[in-house]
Amino acid sequence: MSDRIFGAFGLLLAIFFAWATLQIEESFLSDAVGPKTFPLIIATILGLASVAIILRPDADPRWPATARLLEIAAAVVVMILYAQFLPEVGFVLATAVAAAYLTWRLGTGPLQSLLVGVCTSVGIYVIFHLILGLSLARGPWGF
Amino acid sequence: MDMMSSLADGFAIALTWQNLGLAILGCFLGTIMGALPGLGPSNGVAILIPLAFTMGLAATPSLILLTSVYYGAMYGGRISSILLNIPGDEPAMMTCLDGYPMAQKGMAGQALSLSGVASFVGAFLATWGLIFLAPQLVKFALLFGPAEYFALFALAFATLGGVSSTNQAKSAFAAMLGLGLAVIGVDTQTGVPRLTFGEVHLYDGIDFLVAIVGLFALSEVFIFLEHRHGSADAQGRKIEVGRLTPSWSMLKACTPTMLRSSGLGFLAGVLPGAGASLGSFISYSMEKKLVDRDGTFGTGDPRGVAAPEAGNNAAAGGALVPMLSLGVPGSGTTAVLLAVLLSLNITPGPLLFANNPDVVWGLIAALFIANFMLLAMNIPMVGLFTRVLMVPPRILMPVVAMVSFVGIYGISGSSFDLLVMIGFGVAGWVLRKLDVPLVPIILGTLLGNTMENNLRRAVTISNGDYWTLVGSPLAIGLWTVAIVGFVLPLFIGRIVKARMRRDAESATRD
Repeated sequence: MSDRIFGAFGLLLAIFFAWATLQIEESFLSDAVGPKTFPLIIATILGLASVAIILRPDADPRWPATARLLEIAAAVVVMILYAQFLPEVGFVLATAVAAAYLTWRLGTGPLQSLLVGVCTSVGIYVIFHLILGLSLARGPWGF
Repeated sequence: MDMMSSLADGFAIALTWQNLGLAILGCFLGTIMGALPGLGPSNGVAILIPLAFTMGLAATPSLILLTSVYYGAMYGGRISSILLNIPGDEPAMMTCLDGYPMAQKGMAGQALSLSGVASFVGAFLATWGLIFLAPQLVKFALLFGPAEYFALFALAFATLGGVSSTNQAKSAFAAMLGLGLAVIGVDTQTGVPRLTFGEVHLYDGIDFLVAIVGLFALSEVFIFLEHRHGSADAQGRKIEVGRLTPSWSMLKACTPTMLRSSGLGFLAGVLPGAGASLGSFISYSMEKKLVDRDGTFGTGDPRGVAAPEAGNNAAAGGALVPMLSLGVPGSGTTAVLLAVLLSLNITPGPLLFANNPDVVWGLIAALFIANFMLLAMNIPMVGLFTRVLMVPPRILMPVVAMVSFVGIYGISGSSFDLLVMIGFGVAGWVLRKLDVPLVPIILGTLLGNTMENNLRRAVTISNGDYWTLVGSPLAIGLWTVAIVGFVLPLFIGRIVKARMRRDAESATRD
């Protein structure tokens, strides 16, 4: 069933891709092939492959239970927040928090996770910023 | 001889202090990446590419660092196979069959060092193969016009799924997804924005590094989150290594095996799409047929360790032949290395040997150096590398995630790219669950623009006649191989894959 849904999604993607391609405005400078042909070839093969997946699906994969799915979703949210706040609060703080969260969710105790998070953040800061000279996001406190 | 003097020049480049230091660092990090269950050569190189760039290294030093990581990870893959019966990556699967039984007999140290020697022999011979074969292929490639190149790219995609994927439709789907991503951005020929939906960030297209790191590294983090207390957690297991040097008689007994497997592995690597998994598989199967008279294979026969290790490392070298001379990678990790080259503004292909001989020969010299270093590192330091297996993934995976973020942010300094990377991470997780191969996606994003340019050039030259795509015997030959390469695995791939799984499963059960 998973593959059938995936194939249907692929088919919609192919149709959308073809539609979006047809919206491309042709330039008067165009060559013999033009900017639309290649994307249309892609959309066609994408659609055919999706149909093949719908017609001959593999055995279902084992999807995680709802709790695990929520776990992954929460990690994604934390990562998105990390990306948003990185330029605001600086590398060290943002990374310590995000790394501590991930360590905690992977099964470490809360206090130990905090310690691992801080160590990861400071460790990366020392190696990549102080030793290798990489510029990391600077927070309001200058680190 | 011309080739030898070029190689000598290469060594002059590779033997500077900076480059030697990078090679040591790369070998060390690579072996660790390879040793950790779940992280293979492609993830290892993917995580480190952005870092190599942000460190501001020039082309040759970055290449030296990253190819050392590549070779190191190929060596490291065997460590968790032998000690834990968990292959670090797919090519290391066959090493479990005899490596783990050897470890159970208390010969873990000998199995590790023997596999180190076999890896060395395989990679060393394959590097010589690369030196002799790549320039020949370059001569052949000079006959290629745009139509032939277009056919060659089609061939690469058609055979990429090959035997390593069970579902050709999914390989094709993945390749088209990659090509579709490549199309996003301003069209280079006409300047028209395509599929950008007015989003300014997309005008430059999607950076393939963002895609690679998201698909390979972040998706791995999600997999670990999914199986929080998964079997990959090696903590608490006692790892006994024992004696570290293989006896002479063992080495002598394995020498013919290593030589044969290197040859076979190299050929498997050169063939488009086959790669290291096939290299280790056919080397093991052939040895089993040839020398296993007493039925000792699968019960801890040293030759069963030497064969797949020599085979997969030789295949890793062989895969560099089409990558450097034609610009078409022969395996997943070489696809990632191709990304490195393209980001350094170096286009692999026949002209690379003429225009950037320093890059090519510096790289080849670096492969030799990395090999010797890995051999020197792997025998005495095996104890250290095995200790890495004790670091629990719950501490390691957050570090992997954070390093990926640092690398991408270091290149662009934009939060938008981080968000795109997270998106690729989630997509990578879903696609991996659905058994959709990720490598064709990467290859599609990498080669999409070149492929399209060749198509447009070919048709423009012939005044809009599409028949030009099959207008020469060479092009027809390439298309034929492409079609056969796509159709044949529908029959053979299933059998090979099923046998590979069955063998691996029977080994894991013991």
